[in-house]
Amino acid sequence: MDRRHLRQQVTYVRKSLFDQGYLDDQFMQLEDLQDDANPNFVEEIVASFYSDSARLIQNIEQALVSRPVDFGKLDDCMHQFKGSSSSIGAKKVNMECSQFREYCCAGNIEGCIRTFQQIKQEHATLRKKLENFFQLARQAGQAETA
Amino acid sequence: MAVKLQQIHHQHHHHHHHSVAVKVNEQQMGTKRGYTFIQAHRAWLPKFLLLWVMLVAFISWMIYNGMDADNKVRRKEVLGSMCDQRARMLQDQFSVSVNHVHALAILVSTFHYNKNPSAIDQETFAEYTARTSFERPLLSGVAYAQRVVDSERKEFERQHGWTIKTMEKERSPIRDEYAPVIFSQETVSYIESLDMMSGEEDRENILKARATGKAVLTSPFRLLGSHHLGVVLTFPVYRSKLPQNPTVAQRIEASAGYLGGAFDVESLVENLLGQLAGNQAILVNVYDVTNSSDPLIMYGHQNQDGDMSLVHESKLDFGDPFRKHQMICRYHEKAPTSWTALTTAFLFFVIGLLVGYILYGAAIHIVKVEDDFHEMQELKVRAEAADVAKSQFLATVSHEIRTPMNGILGMLALLLDTDLSSTQRDYAQTAQACGKALIALINEVLDRAKIEAGKLELEAVPFDLRSILDDVLSLFSEKSRNKGIELAVFVSDKVPDIVLGDPGRFRQIITNLVGNSVKFTERGHIFVKVHLDEHAKATTFAKADSCLSGGSKESVIMSGARQFKTLSGFEAADDRNSWEAFKHLVADEEFQSSGSLNVLTTNEASESVTLMVSVEDTGIGIPLHAQDRVFMPFMQADSSTSRNYGGTGIGLSISKCLVELMGGHINFISRPQVGSTFSFTAAFGRCKKNAFNKMEKRNSEDLPSSFRGLKAMVVDGKPVRAAVTRYHLKRLGIVAEVASSLKVAAGTWGKNGSLTSGGSSTQPDIVLVEKDSWISGEDGCSSVWPLDWKQSGLVFKLPKMILLATNISNDEFNKAKASGFADTVIMKPLRASMVAACLQQVLGLGKKRPQGKDVPNGSSFLRSLLCGKKILVVDDNMVNRRVAAGALKKFGANVECADSGKTALKLLQLPHSFDACFMDIQMPEMDGFEATRRIRQMESVANDQINGQSMVEEGTAKKGEWHVPILAMTADVIHATYDECLKCGMDGYVSKPFEEENLYQAVAKFFKAKPISDS
Repeated sequence: MDRRHLRQQVTYVRKSLFDQGYLDDQFMQLEDLQDDANPNFVEEIVASFYSDSARLIQNIEQALVSRPVDFGKLDDCMHQFKGSSSSIGAKKVNMECSQFREYCCAGNIEGCIRTFQQIKQEHATLRKKLENFFQLARQAGQAETA
Repeated sequence: MAVKLQQIHHQHHHHHHHSVAVKVNEQQMGTKRGYTFIQAHRAWLPKFLLLWVMLVAFISWMIYNGMDADNKVRRKEVLGSMCDQRARMLQDQFSVSVNHVHALAILVSTFHYNKNPSAIDQETFAEYTARTSFERPLLSGVAYAQRVVDSERKEFERQHGWTIKTMEKERSPIRDEYAPVIFSQETVSYIESLDMMSGEEDRENILKARATGKAVLTSPFRLLGSHHLGVVLTFPVYRSKLPQNPTVAQRIEASAGYLGGAFDVESLVENLLGQLAGNQAILVNVYDVTNSSDPLIMYGHQNQDGDMSLVHESKLDFGDPFRKHQMICRYHEKAPTSWTALTTAFLFFVIGLLVGYILYGAAIHIVKVEDDFHEMQELKVRAEAADVAKSQFLATVSHEIRTPMNGILGMLALLLDTDLSSTQRDYAQTAQACGKALIALINEVLDRAKIEAGKLELEAVPFDLRSILDDVLSLFSEKSRNKGIELAVFVSDKVPDIVLGDPGRFRQIITNLVGNSVKFTERGHIFVKVHLDEHAKATTFAKADSCLSGGSKESVIMSGARQFKTLSGFEAADDRNSWEAFKHLVADEEFQSSGSLNVLTTNEASESVTLMVSVEDTGIGIPLHAQDRVFMPFMQADSSTSRNYGGTGIGLSISKCLVELMGGHINFISRPQVGSTFSFTAAFGRCKKNAFNKMEKRNSEDLPSSFRGLKAMVVDGKPVRAAVTRYHLKRLGIVAEVASSLKVAAGTWGKNGSLTSGGSSTQPDIVLVEKDSWISGEDGCSSVWPLDWKQSGLVFKLPKMILLATNISNDEFNKAKASGFADTVIMKPLRASMVAACLQQVLGLGKKRPQGKDVPNGSSFLRSLLCGKKILVVDDNMVNRRVAAGALKKFGANVECADSGKTALKLLQLPHSFDACFMDIQMPEMDGFEATRRIRQMESVANDQINGQSMVEEGTAKKGEWHVPILAMTADVIHATYDECLKCGMDGYVSKPFEEENLYQAVAKFFKAKPISDS
């Protein structure tokens, strides 16, 4: 009974992540890649995304406060960040990244800073949501094996 | 996903850009429009009108005033002249009366004083005056008063017997002098004995009169008798003759008395005026103005009304130097309004008003018309914009529909791979078929919309026209075989092997036309023919010549049925493809191929080549009434067509657009129940030799060269069909001869065989027999001539007998085998590759080509492609790298990762065991392009070494040993990026993150090609 409940909850949380636009198809593709040989593939990828992105965020923050602003460097960092986020299917973050790059192209530092705040926020929100989701999924998995 | 987003964004951007363009256009229009003066000052129009009305009113008023002023001047002149006239007459009459009084005075002086005794007494005087009163009509009466000095008073009173009385009829007090009236006219007898000097005024008059010797007038007063206004005239009478120029004292001294008369001025003037015309019109007043500040009225009423505005004054001289008189005239009535002036002014005003109104109306109308015009213009711009927007919308929407449709189709394909019950499979297959149809339709709509929106751009890549035609034919081979239609293609030798153009679009046009033909043809043939445009024209002329010379020998009677010398023997709509015309073409070619090479070289010198493609069918044709709307989108011949044959009718319109994009024209000749021939021209670029090599691998299926030098005999009764067969053989390098029947063929061989025994120079290696010819010649010789050969005992290899057939039954097949044909029947439509495969099978040479062509699309195939392959993934982004690696591993690949271009370079040091490399483009330090360039450099160095060695060793170059396929991984798939990928030596690109279809397409290209090129 509990197991079924957990399963349902996992499904529900997962669905809400898609419905609310946090994730897109790419995440599903990641899930597809997960199999017996690679049981925690998605989680691993997401974890590496967060460890990787922490570095990138730091780089971007530094580039944002340095004067004169090196838009080329900002764009490079953001390209990487965007690449990572689109790889895990972080839809909202990805969209903000696009916005950021547009500001970057236009040389609008205020827009960059503002957008970057939003990116960080979305990034953190998604992290929380995903952690919650993985937690649930793990519980469900344990319950299943138990 | 990212790719899609970007595309949408791109489209959106493009759209935005476009709308901006429209706006700019509008603005330009606005400035170009050039508002007219009226339009620009439209707000002023009512003001202009008002101003105009005011102006007109003002002018009218001026006109009125001018005319009125004239009138007034005239009136004034009239008044002046009348007044002067009256004054003169009055003066005249007055002086006449005065003269009479003067005469009386002289009478008195003469007869009273100069006669002694006096000849005049009261009675005489009264009588005389009474009798002469007619001469003084204005004088009410005259009287004579004698000058009496006080000293003489007593004497005088005694003499006359009465005392001197004052005016009040009292006894006069004592004075220096008296002037008692002694003679008086009867009318004024009441003044007799009255002292005239007792009245103050009379006294003054008397004094003045005797001092001057002239008539003196009193100021006007009311006369005693008539109560009319009057004046008294006093005249001095002198006793003795006066000296010349007497002094005043002398005059006083000499004065003896005074003659007076009362003038009735009122009656005088009344009479006078009564005599004159225009009496009623004017009002006359006469004034005594001696005291100018207080004019005394002598005639007329003081307070008479009348026209006070216009007054005329005339001087009056009544002969009294002490008094001044004047006459004042004015009109009785005010000046009448001048109707002419009023009417003129009014008419002018009305006319001005009308003119103003008309102008205003015209201006308003112009403004309205211009407004309407601008509105229309704007609507037009909007309509055009809407049209463009529609096309864009269609393009976008169909694109958006296509994407999920691909998903559906892919899923269906996967579903079909799984274990399904037959019903389920049927359902899924139906769904797939429907989906395919839908996507085909969407593609067509998208194409059309793209063309309309001007977005479609044609590629210019080298491609092999012939293999494309073969492909198209193979598409329809199944259908045509089922229907029993012959499907054939013929490409003139003069058409270059490789042309520059858009193979996809060319294929689309051909597919469309052939598809249509297949759809509408139930019997006969469909024949695709390609040749040079100029060439085609020449043939047409040649044909015309032949028609002139011998008439059309198109049809011959064959076994009772009317047969045409077309591909299948059925009549075609356009007889250009018939043998008569075709012969020229083929003959021409033979001449050229055997003849001069320089013709070819001159042809190749020109940059472009115009091809004429015709698709001939013997179908139902197009009804005459529908022929003019064949190329309109969504129009089919009639509504029943779509019921019977399906389809949307958009294909031809797209084909037309595409043909026009290719710089050609499309047209058709169609005869109902006979067939249609669609032909189009298209310009392609000629391909240079060096580009050829590069392309060869990608685009053209390479035909085996192992047949080169073989000889073949084609046995076919229909020359056109035979020519087609020969064309395909020729492409394989086989020289073919044509025989119209087996007998003829056998005859030729027999002769050859016997004549040149052992010499196999003309001995065919293969005999290709058309099924029709075989069946018709079966009874006679089919089994005979192979036997013949055997009997002849000559030792040479028997030619292989191969049957050509559109369709063949098992019975026929067995029979054919029995009569010496090879196992393999070449099924039509003929394709060079297919013929090659069959010949290989029959002749047993070469090896079989791997039949991996028709493997279904999908992950299972991807797995089969990638399984066991060793792949290097290069990406600096760890997440991306892991995802890519994960995806590739899933398909069974053996993945290694590199996090930078440098690492990749190290790993790819030769020799290595990688089968492929996926390379991210944007990487720090060394980007994907640079890394690829270096890898290629490395490879070419290595290859040169190998080639050099092998050259020495063997002499047969095996080029391109080391070439690891490198695929770019990129998120933005723009054309420019793709070009750059190719430029630096990459083999393709995949979008990032991976999409299965995209990955499949990219990978299939070289993993499929590999076994062939390696073999």
